[in-house]
Amino acid sequence: MSEDVKTFLDRLAERNAARGPEPTWIAARRQAGAARFEAMGFPHRRVEAWKYTDVRAIARGDFALAGDAEFSPASAAALTLPIEAHRLTFVDGVFAPALSRLDELPGGVALMPLSAALEENHEAVGGPLGRLTGVEFSAFAALNTAFMEEGAVLRLAPGTVVEKPIVLQFLSRSGEQAVMSHPRILIQMAGRSEATVIEHHVGEEGAANFTNLVEEIILERGAILTHYKLQEASLQDLHVASLHVEQARDSRYTSFNLNLGGGLVRNDLVAELNGQGAEANLYGLFYGQGRQHVDNHTLVNHNAPRTYSNENYKGILDDRAHGVFNGKVMVKRDSQQIEGYQSNANLLLSDRAEIDTKPELEIYADDVKCSHGSTTGQLDEEAVFALRTRGIDEQTARGLLTLAFAGEVMEQVDLDAVAERVELAVAGKLPERFHLAGLVEAAVALNEE
Amino acid sequence: MLEVKDLHVTAEGSEILKGLSLTINAGEVHAIMGPNGAGKSTLSAVIAGKDGYEVTKGSITFEGQDVLEMEIEERARAGLLLGFQYPVEIPGVKNIYLLKAALNAKREAEGLGEIPAPEFMKLIKEKVASMKMDTSFLQRAVNEGFSGGEKKRNEILQMLVLQPRLAMLDEIDSGLDIDAMKVVADGVNSLRAEDRAILLVTHYQRLLDYIVPDRVHVLVDGRIVKSGDAALALELESRGYDWVQEESAA
Repeated sequence: MSEDVKTFLDRLAERNAARGPEPTWIAARRQAGAARFEAMGFPHRRVEAWKYTDVRAIARGDFALAGDAEFSPASAAALTLPIEAHRLTFVDGVFAPALSRLDELPGGVALMPLSAALEENHEAVGGPLGRLTGVEFSAFAALNTAFMEEGAVLRLAPGTVVEKPIVLQFLSRSGEQAVMSHPRILIQMAGRSEATVIEHHVGEEGAANFTNLVEEIILERGAILTHYKLQEASLQDLHVASLHVEQARDSRYTSFNLNLGGGLVRNDLVAELNGQGAEANLYGLFYGQGRQHVDNHTLVNHNAPRTYSNENYKGILDDRAHGVFNGKVMVKRDSQQIEGYQSNANLLLSDRAEIDTKPELEIYADDVKCSHGSTTGQLDEEAVFALRTRGIDEQTARGLLTLAFAGEVMEQVDLDAVAERVELAVAGKLPERFHLAGLVEAAVALNEE
Repeated sequence: MLEVKDLHVTAEGSEILKGLSLTINAGEVHAIMGPNGAGKSTLSAVIAGKDGYEVTKGSITFEGQDVLEMEIEERARAGLLLGFQYPVEIPGVKNIYLLKAALNAKREAEGLGEIPAPEFMKLIKEKVASMKMDTSFLQRAVNEGFSGGEKKRNEILQMLVLQPRLAMLDEIDSGLDIDAMKVVADGVNSLRAEDRAILLVTHYQRLLDYIVPDRVHVLVDGRIVKSGDAALALELESRGYDWVQEESAA
């Protein structure tokens, strides 16, 4: 066993020794996770799926498990999205009831921390937990399973429409001892139910913790989910997420994967379109600065005829940031009359920034409409000229166009609170040479009138 | 105000302007007319600073400054503004961003501070209303998905907000129906002032029914071959351009 794997397994043994009695199936899952993780070890860059992402910062770290969820309410409030919502908050992976809002849940909605669901052996977790993201998926999924104990469980009864968004907030603290957490998100939406889930990763400046997330989302017939993932953690935080969505007939999954923070971020998103009429819309925006590393891997499996997918990822990279995009669309034999569109466009603001992009299509059916493309580019020089003829200096013109580049993804966002926050954040991150201060505020003010 | 002397301009290896001279004084409205390919759009493009043109001879001065030595944005800040024949769509850049950034750039050049937000809002709402546009235009991306008429109104809106010293309007009437043309013409006429000049570039006389010029110039094959008052435009409308070409060749 390698030294880095042993460090994690030692932490696990400590944790397990402290646990009380629990159902045998849970203990068995954890053991299976640990065994798989030990067998696989951390992925090496020789493995194709990890070719551009070096996880040594995680593997060589020594992360404790947080013992409490203390967080000053005032600082938490400052980090929380200003939006009317149902909310579950976790601090370094530990559930924080005081920072959560679970009152006023409408009928047909079960929303609870995973620990509570496991403790009462809730029917929401027994069957589905681990069915979509199994321990075979990756060493990180296995590691998560070995440690699984906390996270969020959402279950909607047939036809339930949740008006307010559901916020799953993950706060990361800075401290002398870095910590790790292995949260799981399990969402099961019955027929024709509708919800918006905002997963928000944010925390204290300087926080350098490791979050290893597993998400499983089951959309039954006609269910509609809009899923925001807003990553705003500190530029030292480490984040790996493995997300699977299973979609039945006529269901619709829309994802906004908005990566602004985190030092090392790796997202694996897999959508299984299993029923006719199922639709997946995957929108992504990543902004890297400093030495940030942001890696998004997506896979859409068109397993049934007449399924639809549309993917648009945009990346802006400055300084020495490194972006990775790997998007794959797979059309199975007999999945006729499907449509699958994919595009990835990137802007590099510095000579030392780097992007590795790889769109892939694998089609085994003959009656399909598919396209994919990737550009890494330059701004539209005609637009730069047009702005300059209005007296706008060249740098501001380029700044406006860079903001606009991000805006093409943000236009799809219906929640103003999220759109404005991201737009302000992007404007704020763009180098000062672009002189954008004050411009976005004017638009926000006009919007509020 | 504007002095163009013996201007020779080459694009992609061929000479388009072949010794054009033109003087525009404050308070005047000039119209440049001419057949297709005469170089009408080249003149305003060169004054605005568009890439791809090489000035091989001659000079352009604006209020004593050598325009050809100025950066594109400096020309605009000095008050030289070009309204495009085909306004560029700029996806994602909201109109309000363009207007605010442009106005503040001009104010900075004039030694004024940034415009206070309430004052800015009041100003642009007033101008938007005068162009019979909805305020929702301000949140839309510049020209994206705009109809031809909306794009032209948007060009004039920018002029109204930025108040140029010399407004150059390139085929501002193309693609407009009669109602849109009236709105655009009203906007241009509201810009007429003692200390401002307007240069219209147009193929058709129709626009000049609404914006009556002080001087009309006929541009043929890279040179101004005839100048006159508003009556010359009417003559061109009824007789075409051939007689001018023949007259100048003779």
